[in-house]
Amino acid sequence: MSVRLEDTTASDVGMAIAAERFRQGSSAVGRVLTLVIVADEATHADAVRAAAEAAREHPCRILTAIPRHERGPARLDAEITVGGADGLGELAELRLRGPLSHHVSSVVLPLLVPDAPVVVWWPGSAPDDVSSDPVGRLAQRRITDAGAASRPMRSLDARRSAYAAGDTDLAWTRITPWRALVASALDEPFEKVLGASVSAQRNNPSAVLLAGWMQWGLGLPVDVHVSRGPGITGVVMHTGRGDISISRPDGRVARMVRPGFPNREAALQRRSIEALIAEELRRLDPDEIYGETLEVLPRLAVWGAHGEHRDSTRDAAKAAAAKAATKSAAATQPAARARTAPPSRRGSGS
Amino acid sequence: MRTGVFTATDNPLRDPRDRRLPKIAGPCSLVIFGVTGDLARKKLMPAVYDLANRGLLPPGFALVGFARRDWADQDFAQIVHDSVREHARTPFREDVWQELCKGIRFVAGDFSEEGAFDQLSQVVLDLDRVRGTRGNHAFYLSIPPKFFGDVVQQLKRSGLSVSQEGAWRRVVIEKPFGHDLHSARDLNATINEVFPSGTVFRIDHYLGKETVQNLLALRFANTMFEPIWNSNYVDHVQITMAEDIGIGGRAGYYDGIGAARDVIQNHLLQLLALTAMEEPLSFLAKDVRVEKEKVLTALTLPRNLDLHTSRGQYAAGWQGGVQVPGFLEEDGISPTSTTETFAAVKFGVDTRRWAGVPFYLRTGKRLGRRVTELAIVFKRAPHLPFNATDTEELGQNAIVIRIQPDEGITMRFGSKVPGTQMEVRDVNMDFAYGDSFTESSPEAYERLILDVLLGDPPLFPRHEEVELGWKVLDPVLEHWAEQGHPDQYESGTWGPASSHAMLARDGRAWRRP
Repeated sequence: MSVRLEDTTASDVGMAIAAERFRQGSSAVGRVLTLVIVADEATHADAVRAAAEAAREHPCRILTAIPRHERGPARLDAEITVGGADGLGELAELRLRGPLSHHVSSVVLPLLVPDAPVVVWWPGSAPDDVSSDPVGRLAQRRITDAGAASRPMRSLDARRSAYAAGDTDLAWTRITPWRALVASALDEPFEKVLGASVSAQRNNPSAVLLAGWMQWGLGLPVDVHVSRGPGITGVVMHTGRGDISISRPDGRVARMVRPGFPNREAALQRRSIEALIAEELRRLDPDEIYGETLEVLPRLAVWGAHGEHRDSTRDAAKAAAAKAATKSAAATQPAARARTAPPSRRGSGS
Repeated sequence: MRTGVFTATDNPLRDPRDRRLPKIAGPCSLVIFGVTGDLARKKLMPAVYDLANRGLLPPGFALVGFARRDWADQDFAQIVHDSVREHARTPFREDVWQELCKGIRFVAGDFSEEGAFDQLSQVVLDLDRVRGTRGNHAFYLSIPPKFFGDVVQQLKRSGLSVSQEGAWRRVVIEKPFGHDLHSARDLNATINEVFPSGTVFRIDHYLGKETVQNLLALRFANTMFEPIWNSNYVDHVQITMAEDIGIGGRAGYYDGIGAARDVIQNHLLQLLALTAMEEPLSFLAKDVRVEKEKVLTALTLPRNLDLHTSRGQYAAGWQGGVQVPGFLEEDGISPTSTTETFAAVKFGVDTRRWAGVPFYLRTGKRLGRRVTELAIVFKRAPHLPFNATDTEELGQNAIVIRIQPDEGITMRFGSKVPGTQMEVRDVNMDFAYGDSFTESSPEAYERLILDVLLGDPPLFPRHEEVELGWKVLDPVLEHWAEQGHPDQYESGTWGPASSHAMLARDGRAWRRP
């Protein structure tokens, strides 16, 4: 199934993929996108496995670029797998050596599926400004993972300061089930939310994004409290009629507590990387909510040395107020009326 | 500044641009009548689990079973567990199951037994108290229609059909919606007496299939199909739903119903409507429905029904390597039954777009293979600048929308055969959105159950559509009732000779799907 090409060129790799496709008798399988994975020797295997699993839902060509910044002449080695054990997908693993390791885009460009969207994923560390990176520029969608970076909070700060439409981060993808549950709590009749907080393990970029998103929606500062984890352990919203809280102390089952109602539980698992990538590939248009959430986040400095969310209230309040103002200006927002309320409350309080 | 209680429309965390955020059903329970049936075991209960596993059911969700069995809650939970283990689409996870399990209840009783419904009423009240279902309850009638009357009357008597302010009660019913226009109206009256029409959800699981929804995307999101989607270019349309199985254990249901009532009246006419309808103003339920109803109103039958319809019964034979009995030899079927297991009908659509384009609908059991597809067959090119011998193998262009089993789209067109001679032959171009599409895409029932719980009706046919379907089909059924026995066809073939003759008369032939 696998074909190895040593000291080769991108056009030879392209021809080898086509030949292998043809040999297997399926020359016109719908590939809906190209997924480019930029990884190193340590991270690429898990990433490719996850991507191949996601390809069951989104048939795609997966190009894994592994730049090896080492001495010696420029050289490209490739390994191609078409079909695989379960008859899915096209995988090309590309090792770029010597000076070539700084020119990943030159190898990737000729191998993109014509017309189809391009997604780039950095499963480990990523450039600070992904949208102006040569490989990032080829893509409609750029996926990073602050949670997997060596310094998660610094990485999140880089996302915040260099955000461009089409960027997304798996730390954000991870909180979709949390966001769904928190949002659903306010689908039921509720009293005005007066304050809110998130608790999570230290240094958890997802928790910061969750708090940022709640701040974005509720228009009031949302604190992050440090807990023992795993991951995010709870969300509390204070309302006039008591607290609505969702807690997940064990990383598995969430309990929703709301005044006047029995406690309710639902499974809320931490998801596999396969599930995260599949979710990312489902939508390829810019995720404006992620962008606006990043805007609300305070600068890195206020998280403090340990990544704690400390003394951020004033910055956050400022950002939230600014955001609420833009929201109410855009009167097309159906929820705008609810959002204009909090700043005035804060105005009278401070 | 606004104070007081806000509702879902004020939810500051929802934004229409946030399409990543799924909608979770509000607190509620689902009460299934007829939990011992095939549908409940193979489709409904697994779909409930799959929804829970995808995090789309609310915390505290409850599932109540109702059947004539001497079971306790945990016996029923075991039944659900087994059916989930065997039929669920997503992997089994103990955490998800444990949470679901806590909300499982069972009520034993007959569909007309007052005591049982009083008990059900008590169970539902308990759920509101213990699980926080807030008075929101959906009743899924997975039972033969003859019991609908009893059940809805009992729901009314026991006070289960009405909810307090701000909560809902919904009822879900499955086809058949009557067996002719008259009975459909009666059935509707029975249900409407208790549940207003906005709370009645009629399930046609075909409408929940990805490909059916994709049909709308194909037609109305693209520019290259719609210009030729009319009588100027389309020669005819074929809609086929073929099954390779016989009636199995469904003799009691099937005898006296037959293929036309079972499949054509609902699934195939819905597919026809979606294929032929004009562009809706929007994809809101009401706008799509208006367009579908226009098509169903414009349907016509040929004057001579003998020549343009066909019906058959499968005879004994070999089906895919297995010897099978004929319909009249099946257990529970009278040897003199005139129920058809194959039906084909030609319809016209009296609109400018479709004038003169026949729509051939066929369905049957024990046919060549299991397939559902709709094929738009185009006219031949008015002039072919080739020698006649060059294009001998060239047929008509076609767009085939495969609904099951391998959902996707096929285009059929002529291509030159490689070589020095000019020779044009038909080729297929296939598109399937993912080779293992069925594995990762939500099963139709998941989508439909979630829509019921969310109260989102776009995929459910309304009573008006059901009536229009019967209106157009009733003359065929009446005609057949006067004709004696259906034609026999050998199991494992593509239907009786009369169905092939019916197309041959128009100078056409059925596709071999």
